[in-house]
This record gives sequence, structure tokens and C-alpha cells, in this order.
Amino acid sequence: MDILFIVSSIVAVIASAMAITRRNAVHALLFLIVSLMGVSMMMYTIGAPYAAILEIIVYAGAIMMLFVFTVMMLNLSVSPEDEKRKTGFKTWIFPLILGAVLLSIMAISFLRDPSWEGLHQVILPKHVGRLMFSHYLLPVELAGVLLLAAIVGAYYLGRTRKRNLHRYLQNQEDSYDTL
Amino acid sequence: MAIGFIIAIVLLMVITIAAANIYIERRLLSLWQDRRGPNRAGPWGILQVPADMIKIFLKEDWIPPFADRTVFVIAPTIVMIVTLLSFAIIPFAPGFMVVDSNIALLFFLANSSLGVYSVVLAGWASNNKYSLIGAMRGAAQMVSYEVFMGLSLMGVVMLAGGSFSMREIVESQKEMWNVIPQLPGFIIFLIAAVAESHRAPFDLPEAEGELVAGFHTEYSGIKFGMFFVGEYISITLISATIVTLYFGGWLGPAFLPPFFWFMFKTFIFIAFIILLRASLPRPRYDQFMAVGWKILLPISLINILITAAILLYKG
Repeated sequence: MDILFIVSSIVAVIASAMAITRRNAVHALLFLIVSLMGVSMMMYTIGAPYAAILEIIVYAGAIMMLFVFTVMMLNLSVSPEDEKRKTGFKTWIFPLILGAVLLSIMAISFLRDPSWEGLHQVILPKHVGRLMFSHYLLPVELAGVLLLAAIVGAYYLGRTRKRNLHRYLQNQEDSYDTL
Repeated sequence: MAIGFIIAIVLLMVITIAAANIYIERRLLSLWQDRRGPNRAGPWGILQVPADMIKIFLKEDWIPPFADRTVFVIAPTIVMIVTLLSFAIIPFAPGFMVVDSNIALLFFLANSSLGVYSVVLAGWASNNKYSLIGAMRGAAQMVSYEVFMGLSLMGVVMLAGGSFSMREIVESQKEMWNVIPQLPGFIIFLIAAVAESHRAPFDLPEAEGELVAGFHTEYSGIKFGMFFVGEYISITLISATIVTLYFGGWLGPAFLPPFFWFMFKTFIFIAFIILLRASLPRPRYDQFMAVGWKILLPISLINILITAAILLYKG
């Protein structure tokens, strides 16, 4: 096994642990970004450079940016008592069960099929693109439709009513203006 | 050449150029604005940069008591790290580049998307409302312009036979520079790159007329210096990238070495970006975002479509 793989996976695990234990939302998000970069390095070392770089562009660069943006706008300030009540043992039970199930599935599949260790052929962007538009065409199209629905929904929620304060233009008030 | 040697040379060169840019920008701006500019320190004012650096290093490095200390310190380092890292994939001359990767162009995009955090975290950690507004503008501006930047580059990638390698992109321009078949892509990339490095006229995150100094209002001393130098490094970076992708990189008439041609073209673009600052006013924020999503996005999509159709037709 590659020493780079081990180092980056240790970084990813530690950063994830820090992300779920921080009380400050922005700090937690920063650790999550570090964790995503660690995951990206893991992908790179096992021969998936395209997936690795997309992990950074899409997740660390765009999605986490929107998370940070939202947290910044909301300016969360939660009192410690309130926080303690929310993170009591009761709230942990259900996620804990789900996590245990996932972890056991992962462990079983790795134990059964150890061939993943020898995965050292490099998968180039061209291979990914070719598979995306042939074998996985249907899921790609479905994802596209789903995103389209999200865009239409955002458009609907984001429209604003045009306000005309001038009395001559009052009869136009029912028209909608988008941002 | 050993890889460590190349890395050292590239780093030294980039930081020297960035420092020289400070002087070049001030002199060129004064030339275009019909005034004299810095001409007192040393011959032609050339010692102005060392004087500025001494000042910025010795200034008190103050962290406001209401700021988030850790994030406040991390933020200015991010811009330096990501812009310097991006130079790893720039081919200065044949064989003179740090890595020739098959995902080089994507690496550049990834670094520029991580650069946003510098602005956003600086604004958030300052705990100042003007900084926060600047950070929000920066986040929205840079995340949206990144989309067009990535899309406008796809035409270049297609012309290079679907390769993200910077070396192969330069070599594919032997017949014709990419700027001719990819003119719309070039214009969009130029606008998006200037917006991405939040330079004037697109310096909305630090619009000093409205937001004091925007996201770096609370910064002083060497931390401000890092934002300052980071901006000049990113000007150099986008000039070098434009030259590599659209103007044939190191290619040029053979009577001068390839490295000279690369540097010559890069300096032309640095001067062009300074001219943009000298001549254009800052657009209003909502107009700037509307132009991006309503004009640049459709044009870049149409550009991809037409380029792909022509390439398919040609076979």
C-alpha cells in the first residue's frame, strides 16, 4: 500500500472527526473541506485522478462554498446549553445504527473481495466520459432532469414581486420580476 | 533538470514577477492617467517596491479582538498557496514545467475554486459588517464566474484532442493559435479570470467606495501584504494561463528562445489587465451577476456546441 494513501486517509479520518465535534459551524465546515481534500488525495493515489480533481472542484470548491455562504448569512449563535440538549444521547441512537450498518457492509465487502488493493490502473478523464455517455447514459439523464427540477423550484421560490411606488405605475403591480 | 531545481526557479521567478508587477502597475497607471507615479526612490522610482516591502514587514500585525483568530490567520495564506500551486502546471518552455499532468487544466480550475475561501473566510473572520458584505459578494461572484471559466475552456480541450495536459494544448496550437477558432471562449475566459482574481474593474468584494476595503478591511501588516501580493501573483497566473491556452504558449518565431516568447506574451497580458483597471469603471453588483448568468453562460454553452459540431463534422 502506498504511504501517500495511508497519510491522506489518516488526514481525512481525523478531519472528519474534528468536523463532527466542533461547536462552531464554520470551523466544522472547514474541517469537512480538509476531509474532502484528503478523500480526493486517496482517490488520486489509487489511480482515479479525474474523480479526485472533480471531488475538489465540485465538493470542496462549490458545494462546501455554498454551505459556508449559508452559515455566514445565518450567523448562527447557539447557546451551549441549547447545544447540549440537541446533541444528547437520544439524538445519536438512530444515526449510530445507520452508521454501524454501513460500516459492517463495507467491512464485509472488503473482506470478501480483497482485489481493490491492487487497483493501480490509472483511469483517465476520457474513460470516464466514454462510460458516462454510453453505459451510464440513463442515470446521467435522470440526474439532469432532477437538477432541472431543482432549478425550476429555485426560480419559483426566488421570484420577487415588483414594487412600483409611483402612483401612475400602480396597476402594473401584479407583474412578477425575477431577481 | 531535477524537479526540485525547477520548482525553486519557478517559485523565485513568480514571486519576483509579482513584486515587479507592483512597480509596473503603478508606473503604467500613472502613464495612462497622465500623472508621474512613484519616481523618487532610486532611479525611475525602482526602489519603491523594496521601500513598500520594508514598510509592510515592519508594520504592526494587529488582530482585532473581535475576530476569529485562527480563521483570520489562515485566510490570507490560502490565496498565496493556491495561486503558487497553480504555477506547477504552467509550461514555460518545452521541458521547463513542474508537472506535465493529464489533469493539469482541471488542477488549475480546482485551485481557482479553492481560492474563493481566502476572500470568504477573511470577510467572515473579521467580524465586521463591511467585510462580511464583501465576502458574500466575493463568494457569489467567484462561484458563478468559475462556471463560465470552466465551460469556456472546454473548446480548447476539444481542439487539443480531448486532453487536459497543458503541454499537449500548447503543441496543438502549432498550426493556428486557439484565439482564432475560440474567440468567444477567449473573451469569456478573460472576463471570468479577471472576475475570479477580483481585480478592478471586477473588484466588487473590496469596492472601496462602498465597503471601506471590503473583505480585507481589518487586515494590516504582512497579512494584508499577502492579499496584496496574492493579487499580483494571480494576475501573473491568469496572464500565463491565457497565453498557454489561447496564444500558443512558448510557440513563436525561432530567432528567440521559447522561454522569451512565453514571457513576452505574458507581460503583454499583464499590461492589458492593468489597462483594464486604468480605463474601466466598476459595474454595479447585480448588473455584473446578471451579465454573467444571462449572457456569458449561454454564449459559452453555444461555443461548446458549435466547436463540438464542427470537430465532429470534420471527423
